[in-house]
Amino acid sequence: MNSDVTDFASLAPAYPEMLMAVGILVLLLVGVVINKERSALVSWLSVGLLVATGLLVILQPVDGVVFNGLFVADSFARYMKVLVIGGAGLALILAMSNAEENGVHKFEYSVLALLATLGMMVMVSANDLMSLYVGLELQSLSLYVMAAIKRDDTRASEAGLKYFVLGALSSGLLLYGASLIYGFTGHTNLNEIVVAIANGGRSIGLIFGVVFLLAGVAFKISAVPFHMWTPDVYEGAPTPVTAFFATAPKVAAMTLMVRLVMDTFAPITQDWQQIVIFLSIASMVLAAFAAIGQQSIKRLIAYSSIGHVGFALVGLSSGTQVGVEGVAIYMAIYIAMTVGLFACVLSLRTDTGYVETIDELAGAAQTRPFVAAIMAILMFSLIGLPPLAGFFAKWHVFLAAIEANLYVLSVIGVLASAISAFYYLRVVKVMFFDAPIKQFAAVPGELNIIMGVSGFLVVTYYFTVGSPLASMAHTAAGSLF
Amino acid sequence: MGLEIGLGHYLTVAAILFTLGVFGIFINRKNIIVILMSVELILLAVNLNFVAFSAHLNDLQGQVFALMILTVAAAEAAIGLAILVIFYRNRGSIAVEDVNMMKG
Repeated sequence: MNSDVTDFASLAPAYPEMLMAVGILVLLLVGVVINKERSALVSWLSVGLLVATGLLVILQPVDGVVFNGLFVADSFARYMKVLVIGGAGLALILAMSNAEENGVHKFEYSVLALLATLGMMVMVSANDLMSLYVGLELQSLSLYVMAAIKRDDTRASEAGLKYFVLGALSSGLLLYGASLIYGFTGHTNLNEIVVAIANGGRSIGLIFGVVFLLAGVAFKISAVPFHMWTPDVYEGAPTPVTAFFATAPKVAAMTLMVRLVMDTFAPITQDWQQIVIFLSIASMVLAAFAAIGQQSIKRLIAYSSIGHVGFALVGLSSGTQVGVEGVAIYMAIYIAMTVGLFACVLSLRTDTGYVETIDELAGAAQTRPFVAAIMAILMFSLIGLPPLAGFFAKWHVFLAAIEANLYVLSVIGVLASAISAFYYLRVVKVMFFDAPIKQFAAVPGELNIIMGVSGFLVVTYYFTVGSPLASMAHTAAGSLF
Repeated sequence: MGLEIGLGHYLTVAAILFTLGVFGIFINRKNIIVILMSVELILLAVNLNFVAFSAHLNDLQGQVFALMILTVAAAEAAIGLAILVIFYRNRGSIAVEDVNMMKG
């Protein structure tokens, strides 16, 4: 544990983060030195850096705790890091087509996205309240700027402002909880907090701290009742930025939630379980009803993501290894579906700009059959129809909940899932059965590839990636127990 | 007769400041600058908590944490004000009631 920071080889568990940090600084210089109009180079270099970091995570797995206990690398962290890096990389590729129109053509956009990703990697590997906070803030501060990156757009700047205010509030709640936990256990290191809780028992101050800390994290995963910022920010921010928000940061914050409750607060399972079950039910039910009335596609996706966070929390509520496995599988499938969905949304452009409302999708099946087909598949998968990937995601989490005797939670979850089918199917109905009103522009090649891969994985999940993913999630969850 | 100022007093002051900060964000209907000040108030309340606990526990980690929060709070304020400036440029106002383009 007391590794000497001057000994470079002992820092092996943190090599991916160090590569990222150095790479980001180099890219920042590259972006400044070269002409600003060639920011596509920085974008592709950023994707390259993410690929290199991802390969380092996968091919050089080193378990260990470094930086005096601030940073932990285990198979759970590695699994989630691969998801975070994958989601971030795909979101960066999504941002490349029509970058100018979306306001994300500046090279700073890629650098900010990388900085946010670095923050998420630190969050995923945080083993101390301090590194947790610093990672979270590195992520959040970059995301605030990304939301408002389209500087001359009123809605984007309003989205940035709302995100900033509510994000700062959530950081405040999280910190207040952290201060109480520090005060009542005497430690900031997560491993030492477990020991202190197990020995000293639970005190009312500690429970207050846990509630505040979990409320802060619930803001970041946008679980109800801390979801109010999500629809506004998703709608106001440029679509490629929304795609970024909906993928990697959710995974990172969910990882934080899992690590905190399963590892740090394991001795007080009864207490956190109530909180997580409440968040889960509230998210599933509210999202199912609130999404029905939405006209904007991005608001619909926002409510859909709130609902999916609720479903993932069903797995976590069980407090078992099977439940954590379910969450890990859920997040992987969620990333694949969300990236594909955003690729579809970004493919449907008319001559007046991007499609904003659901009604504008009318007749997309006739003019853009491939996009409409992929989108329909993804919608069916988001509902959770077998044999698509979304079904297996829900199957894993509900199985864990039933094994833990959480029958009421499971029944409410399945009912919420059935209600949510209504608004997903409405999109399919508009695309396939309404008369076309608008002509759609040609689809950029990289979006076609992303849509194709996402659709393929979702359809063939059971036969291709299903069992390897399950075994990886099993190994990942095992490192927390 | 002398009043001993102990951990409880510090925690009470911090809790009051924290509550004022949270209410400042939600009840304030006038100016976004006031919201930024409320955010700072929350972070300062947390710092007070950390330093009080640190002194009480005779442990340095809380003070290190407080320094981290101070640093990050400075960056956060810079970014918040920058976003506020671009919002003002687009909207011509920093009144809370004008942050209303998106609802639902």
